[in-house]
Amino acid sequence: MNRPIRGVAIAAMVMFAALLANLTYLSIGQQSYLNDRAENRRVADARFGQDRGPILVGNTAIAESKPVKDRYKFQRSYANGELYAPITGFYSYLYRTSGLEQSYSSELSGQDASQFLSRLVNMLSGAVPRGGAVETTINAKAQQAAWKALAGRKGAVVAIDYTTGAILALVTSPSYDPNKLATHDLKDSTKAWNALNDDASKPMSNRATREIYPPGSTFKLITAAAALESGMTADTKIDASAYKLPTSTKVITGNCGGSSITLTQALKVSCNPGFARLGASLGQEELRNQAERFGFGSKFLDEIGSSASRFPDELDPAQTAMSAIGEYEVAASPLQMAMVSAAIANRGVLMEPYLVSQVTDSDLNVVRTTTPRAHSQALSASSAAELQKMMVQVVANGTGHNAQISGVTVGGKTGTAQSDRIRNPYAWFTAWADNPHVAVCAFVEDAQIDASEIAGGRVAAPIAKAVIEALR
Amino acid sequence: MAEVVSYRKRRGVEAFMLVFAVALGWGGYVIIHLNQDAELPKQWPWALGILFGMALVLHLVVRWRTPYADPLILPLVMLLNGLGLAMIHRLDLGTDPVMHSAELQLGWMVVAVIACCAVLIWLRDYRILHRYTYLMFLAGMALLMLPLVPGLGLEKNGARIWIHLGSYSFQPAELAKLVLAVAFASYLVEKRDVLALAGVKFVGLDLPRARDLGPILVMWLASLAVLVFQKDLGTSLLFFGLFVMMLYVATEKPSWVILGLGLFISGAVGAYFLFGHVQTRVSGWLTPFSNYDLNYQVINGQFGIAWGGLFGTGWGLGRPNLTPLAKTDFISAAIGEELGITGLAAVIILYGFIVARGLRAALGSRDPFGKLLAAGLAFVFAIQVFAIIGGVTRLLPLTGLTTPFMSQGGSSLVANWVMIGLLLLITHQVRQPSVEPVADPVASLAGEATQLIPVGSVRPSVAEDETGPLPIFADAPTGPIPAVSPDAPTGPIPAVSPDALTGPVPSIHSDDPTEFVPTVDPNTEATTAITPDDGGPR
Repeated sequence: MNRPIRGVAIAAMVMFAALLANLTYLSIGQQSYLNDRAENRRVADARFGQDRGPILVGNTAIAESKPVKDRYKFQRSYANGELYAPITGFYSYLYRTSGLEQSYSSELSGQDASQFLSRLVNMLSGAVPRGGAVETTINAKAQQAAWKALAGRKGAVVAIDYTTGAILALVTSPSYDPNKLATHDLKDSTKAWNALNDDASKPMSNRATREIYPPGSTFKLITAAAALESGMTADTKIDASAYKLPTSTKVITGNCGGSSITLTQALKVSCNPGFARLGASLGQEELRNQAERFGFGSKFLDEIGSSASRFPDELDPAQTAMSAIGEYEVAASPLQMAMVSAAIANRGVLMEPYLVSQVTDSDLNVVRTTTPRAHSQALSASSAAELQKMMVQVVANGTGHNAQISGVTVGGKTGTAQSDRIRNPYAWFTAWADNPHVAVCAFVEDAQIDASEIAGGRVAAPIAKAVIEALR
Repeated sequence: MAEVVSYRKRRGVEAFMLVFAVALGWGGYVIIHLNQDAELPKQWPWALGILFGMALVLHLVVRWRTPYADPLILPLVMLLNGLGLAMIHRLDLGTDPVMHSAELQLGWMVVAVIACCAVLIWLRDYRILHRYTYLMFLAGMALLMLPLVPGLGLEKNGARIWIHLGSYSFQPAELAKLVLAVAFASYLVEKRDVLALAGVKFVGLDLPRARDLGPILVMWLASLAVLVFQKDLGTSLLFFGLFVMMLYVATEKPSWVILGLGLFISGAVGAYFLFGHVQTRVSGWLTPFSNYDLNYQVINGQFGIAWGGLFGTGWGLGRPNLTPLAKTDFISAAIGEELGITGLAAVIILYGFIVARGLRAALGSRDPFGKLLAAGLAFVFAIQVFAIIGGVTRLLPLTGLTTPFMSQGGSSLVANWVMIGLLLLITHQVRQPSVEPVADPVASLAGEATQLIPVGSVRPSVAEDETGPLPIFADAPTGPIPAVSPDAPTGPIPAVSPDALTGPVPSIHSDDPTEFVPTVDPNTEATTAITPDDGGPR
C-alpha cells in the first residue's frame, strides 16, 4: 500500500503548494487591485482617518484634520464652515467628498505623485504620513464682506483679480456646514445629509459656479462689446424708440432719454429697446461669438466644478433681440458674469480663473504653483477701453450709482431678470475697480423685497461695493 | 538474528516544542492586548496556566502511554490551537460589546484535550476499532444524516449541518468524519483484495467489477445527499474524497481515483445546474465582483488579506471583524489580514507538517489497518485545509469546512483532537521497536473476518510493557483482540498483503518500508540497533 500512499502524499503536496502559490499570487497580482476597489471599507476607513493637510486662506486653515480618540483618529474640521463650504466642499465617510477636498484629495492626503519623495522619507524614518497643504487664492476679508453683504439672502458673489484670474471671493448663500457631514457620528451625518437634500432652499448647490440664471441686463455688456467690435464706438447713436419684435406682436418699450441716444447713454440707463434692436441687427452669430469669447459654453474652475453658461442656438430675429438683453434662454453663472467684467477691465484679455495658488508637502516644500494664463482675447484692447468708459458712466451717473466708492474708479452694469411672473426677479450687478484690480459679480436670486422695486442697482450693487471696499 | 531499528522516543524534544507552542499562542494573546491597549491582559496568568497545564497533561499522558509517539504532532496541534484561540479572542475584542467566545473555545479545548488523553489511555491499541466495521459505518452515516431529522436539524448560514440539543448546537459531521475514517479503513482492509484483484479491462483501465461498485456508489449517493439536502459542498467533498483516496490506497488501483473523480465531477456539475447555492459559490469564486452584496463575505476576506499585505497589519491592528464569520469559516482570512500572507503561509505549512507526519506514519505502519487509518486521517486534514483555506483565498469555490484546530466550534475541536489521539497511537506503534516473527504466514489482520474467533491457547503471551522498548509482535494486539489463526480467513482469497509483510525477511521497520532490507536504513532516526533475545513465543 505504500505506492498509493506516496501518491496521496504527492497529491497533498500539490494541494499545499497550490495554496501557497495562490497566496503568493494574491499578494503580488491582486493586492493593489483589491485595495483600489471602491467597496473596500478597510482602505476607505484608513483614508478617511488620514492626517490630511489643511486647506488655507492666507495662513488660516479653513479645513484641517484634528486628532481625536476614535477609530478614524483624525476628524476633519472646518473653521467657518458655511462661509467656505463652496470652496472646501466636505469630507464625509458616507457621502464621499466634494469641492477641493475631492479635487485635491491626493495632495491633501500626501498620496500625490509630486509628494513621492517626502512620502518615501516618511516611510523610511517611520514617521506617520501627513498630507500636503492646499493654499487658495481667496481673500478672507473679501469673502467675509460678501457673505455679510448677502445677509442670508439667496445668491452668490464672485470676485476675481482680473490681472491673474485668481478668485478672491466665492460665496454662495444659503450655505451648509461641512462639519455636520464630516462628523464621525454616521447617524448625525446621515441626518444632516438628508436634511440638506430635503431643504427647499438647496443649501448645497453652488450658486456661484454650478447654477446658471438669466443674466438680464448685465448681458448688454456682451451686446455692447459685439457692437464695439463690429466698428461702433461709445458715441455711436442708436435708435432707442419702442421696438416691436419682428414676427411678433410684443413691443419692447422703455424711457431711455430720447429716441436716438449714444451707446454710452444706452448702457447707462440700461435701454431695453435700444439693445434689443442692436442685438437683432448684429445677428445671433455675432452675439454668440462674442459670448463665447467671454467664456460662454466653457467650463471653468474644475477644482470645484462649474456649469457652462449658455447662449442658445438657432434663434429667430425676435429671440435674438430678447437674448441681446439677457432674456429668453440666455443663462449665465455669477462666475461667468464676473469674468465678463474681468476681461473688459483687463484690456480685453480674459484670464483663466483659478482657486488654488500653490500646493506644499507636509514639510512646506512647494510642490506645485499655479501660473496665471490667459483664456482668450475677449475683445480688442481699444474696444475694452471704450467699454470701460461706458461702464464707469453706469456707476458714476447711471443705474449702478450704489457702487460708487470715492477714490476708486468703478465700472459696472446692473441687471434685473424676470424669469417668470410668479417669482421675484433676479438682481445682478457686475463690476470692476481699477484699484484694487478686482472684478466682482453679485447675484441675488430672491431679494425678498417687492418685485416692482427690484433692481440690480439697488440690491446687488451695494454687495459688490462692499467686496471692493474690503479689498482696499 | 536480525538487527532491528529503534527510534528514540524524543519526548524531551516534544516537551521543549510544546513549551514553544504554548509560548507562541499565549504570546499572540498578549501582543493583541499590547497592540490595542498598550497593557497586559488582566487574565494573562490564567491563560498561560491553562494552556501550559494542558500541554503538561498531554505530555505526561503521552510519556506514560505512547512514549514512542511522533514528537512533532502534539506541538503542531498545540500551536495551531493556541493561534486559533488568540485570533478568536482578538475577534471577540472587535465586537461591541466584547464577546466571550474565546473563553468558551478554551473550555472546548480542555474537553478536547481530555478526549485525546482518554483515547491514549483507554484505547491504547487502535486496532480494537477494526472490530466494529459495520457498526462504525452505520454510526458514521447516521451522524452524517442526523441534521436532516426534522426538529433536530438546524439550518445556519444556508447549510443544514447542525443539530441542536437543548441550548447546544453541534455539527455531527465533525464526529462522522472520524467515525467514517475508521469505518472505511476497516472495511477496505477486509475487502481490498476483492476490490483490487477482480476486475475488467476497459480501454487500458483496470475497472472493478460491477458488483464491487456498491460501496463507492453508496458513498457517492451519501455525498450527493449531503450536498442536496444539507446544502454543504465542503462536507460532501470531504467524505467522498476521503473514501476515494482510501479506496485507492487499499487497492492500489488508480482506476478507482479516475472513477471517483468522474463521479465527483458529474455530481458537482449536476449540482451546479440544479442548485442556486452552488452557482452562487462558483460565481463568488470566479467573478466575485459581479455581485458585491451576494459575495460580500468572500470579497471582504480578500480585502482583509490584501489589506494585511505581506507582513500583516499586526495582531489587533487590522479590521478582521468586517468579514462575516471571521471566527469560523474565515479565520484564515483574519490570520492573513493581521499576520500577513507570511503568517498565513506559515499556518498552512504547519498543517502541511501534520499531514506529512500522518502520511509518514502510514508509510511506516506494519499493519494495513493502521496504514489506511493513518493515511485517511492525514488526508482528512489535508482536504479540510485545502478546501477551506483554498475557498477563502479564492483558489476554489468556497465550501463550509472548518479550519482544523483554529476555527471556533466545539464539535470540530473535539473530533480533531480525537483524530490526533488516534494518530499518536498509530505513530507509537510505528516507532516502537519490534521484531517480526520470521515467516509468520499471516502477519496481517487483513484476512481476518469481522466475527470474533475465540481466543484461548493461541494467544501469544506478549509482555504488555508499553513503556519500555521491549519488542513485541507488530501485529500481536496488546488488547483483547484475538490472535490470528492461519485458518481464519473467510474471504475468497488468502489475505496476502502486497507489502510483503509476510515475506521471509523479518520485517524491519524503517521510514521506507517498501525496501525491506534487513539493514538499518541510514535515513531513519534510528540510533540503536538491538538484538532481541526474547522476541515472544516462537
